[in-house]
Amino acid sequence: MSVVIFAENSEGKFKKGVFEIATYAHKTATQLGTEANAIVIGEVNQDDLKKLGNYGISKVLKLNAPSNEFQVQPWSELIAQGFKHLQGSVLVISNTYTGKSLAPRVSVKLGASLATNVVNFPDTSAGFVVKRGAFSGKGFAYVSLTRPTKVVALTPNSIDIAEHNTPISFSSETIGTQAPSTNVIEISKSQGKIPLTEAEVVVSAGRGMKGPENWGMIEELAKVLGAATACSKPVSDVGWRPHSEHVGQTGITIKPNLNIAIGISGAIQHLAGVSASKVIVVINTDPEAPFFKIADYGIVGDAFQVLPKLIAAAKATMNS
Amino acid sequence: MKILVCMSVVPDTTTKITFVENNTKFNTQGVQFIINPYDEVSITRALELTEKHGGTVTLVHVGSAENDAVIRKGLAIGANDAYRINAEAIDGQFVAEQIAAFAKDKGFDIIFTGRESIDYNGGQVCGLLGELLGLPSVNVATSIDVEGNIATLTRDIDGGTEKLTCSLPLVVSAQKDLCEPRIPNMRGIMSARTKPLNVVEPISVESFGDYQSFESPKPKASVKLIDPEHPEELINLLRNEAKVI
Ligand SMILES: Cc1cc2nc3c(=O)[nH]c(=O)nc-3n(C[C@H](O)[C@H](O)[C@H](O)COP(=O)(O)OP(=O)(O)OC[C@H]3O[C@@H](n4cnc5c(N)ncnc54)[C@H](O)[C@@H]3O)c2cc1C
Ligand SMILES: Nc1ncnc2c1ncn2[C@@H]1O[C@H](COP(=O)(O)O)[C@@H](O)[C@H]1O
Repeated sequence: MSVVIFAENSEGKFKKGVFEIATYAHKTATQLGTEANAIVIGEVNQDDLKKLGNYGISKVLKLNAPSNEFQVQPWSELIAQGFKHLQGSVLVISNTYTGKSLAPRVSVKLGASLATNVVNFPDTSAGFVVKRGAFSGKGFAYVSLTRPTKVVALTPNSIDIAEHNTPISFSSETIGTQAPSTNVIEISKSQGKIPLTEAEVVVSAGRGMKGPENWGMIEELAKVLGAATACSKPVSDVGWRPHSEHVGQTGITIKPNLNIAIGISGAIQHLAGVSASKVIVVINTDPEAPFFKIADYGIVGDAFQVLPKLIAAAKATMNS
Repeated sequence: MKILVCMSVVPDTTTKITFVENNTKFNTQGVQFIINPYDEVSITRALELTEKHGGTVTLVHVGSAENDAVIRKGLAIGANDAYRINAEAIDGQFVAEQIAAFAKDKGFDIIFTGRESIDYNGGQVCGLLGELLGLPSVNVATSIDVEGNIATLTRDIDGGTEKLTCSLPLVVSAQKDLCEPRIPNMRGIMSARTKPLNVVEPISVESFGDYQSFESPKPKASVKLIDPEHPEELINLLRNEAKVI
């Protein structure tokens, strides 16, 4: 028996989410009296691989896919085979776009119970109970996973990573895969920008900014704070900002440490996507704006007057 | 082209979410139920594709007769017929098993699901159906076009987008911007009354798990207001009190 993570790499390196699932797997394995192992696909930087040991992973199984490009069917097959090879009982995956494509397919191959959107360590005192986000940020559910094998997708930024220093061993194996069934033509990544779902700081803005020409200030504040930018739905609907920045019930759900919301009223559908942010700052001219109800810090004021001063203050602090 | 659209029925987006019976059940009192917004988008895109290439759009829903009125709304948007699998939708895995058993021998070219249901936020059904039916699955598609036997899609990936091709049949999950959802018109609403809404009995599925209880997010302490003339105070608090920058 072991708890196994799928450690997804991005151009040979691990993102923070991988160390979170390693931490999760180590704690779960300790609770279950077993060890935590990892599966990687493709070439990963040696230093990053070694770091897995710091977060409690004992063994890494490296699998070779026909291509380093993500393909959901062959990758699910590889992960299921690697998991069986490691005699896994619980598979932990990051709840990213890639993770959420893989988790259901792997769970069928393993006949496992599946939980996505998981936000905390499992309770293993009686069975295996996970806490998961539900109702678009407006609730949580406790679900008992009753099949002997379980697949858990952990939402990034939900738990704190913890270091353990386990001696780590590597094994590498090639397992045959089926031919890919989809054919990737082109991948475009937002160059040099921080992906919204992974960002620790987000600067978001709404219709209160009046027009796309005023987003320079938003981008500047984001740049100073090392933040990603987001927007409300009407802003992307009218094309002031790309759809990929739209957060909320029908957009992206974010969970940063800090979300600064400027000129957004805080409609319930918007809040559904942002309420899990750890610290929320609201800047709005209207003291009655519903967003203030879930804010930690607020400025009742005109964004056009507040932002220049705020940017200057942020620059001074971030450079000090 | 035969298209199947999986449709879930969810609380209206403005619903205040509360729980009853010792927090073991979602409180449906006074809640207005709607078609899951992503499924509305799928129905519309499915119609656009059949208008261009010919074919039919079938809806499938796993749920009780209480949801028939919402299924009729899907028919009013323009779907040809609907099937309701007569069982409580216990979880995404149960739902996928039911739909896979239903769709198995029916020769659908495209099966649409939503990116996720806005109530239980599983985001599971697309991948589960793909695996259960042995078909490719494409998650979170922002566009889909079909030429002959090949679909060309774009989808959201971590930190960007991907363009890909895939041969039919396939399962695809819809992101909101797949198309502008259509609103039923009077003619649609009238004709929906007489379109077939078939009821099929569920297959038996071994349980995957149980929802034991629910919890609401903790209420926030009240907001700390900062003088708009001195936003530097905010930066100071974010660094030294909240420790987030
Ligand atoms: C089914 C459905 C799904 C939806 N999904 C989403 C979703 O996923 N995400 C989403 O965001 N919305 C969603 N919406 C829309 C949502 O209901 C709101 O309409 C939307 O969030 C409002 O956007 P906003 O706050 O930018 O604009 P507004 O509501 O117009 O608010 C603008 C705010 O800016 C303030 N303001 C004006 N001038 C200034 C200034 N100079 N300085 C500072 N503040 C200023 C105003 O006081 C106001 O509070 C959905 C709606 C429906 C029906
Ligand atoms: N009870 C249901 N009946 C039919 N389709 C469903 C049901 N529940 C979920 N789905 C489909 O699966 C999608 C994703 O749901 P989920 O995986 O539960 O988040 C939905 O958008 C629907 O297309």
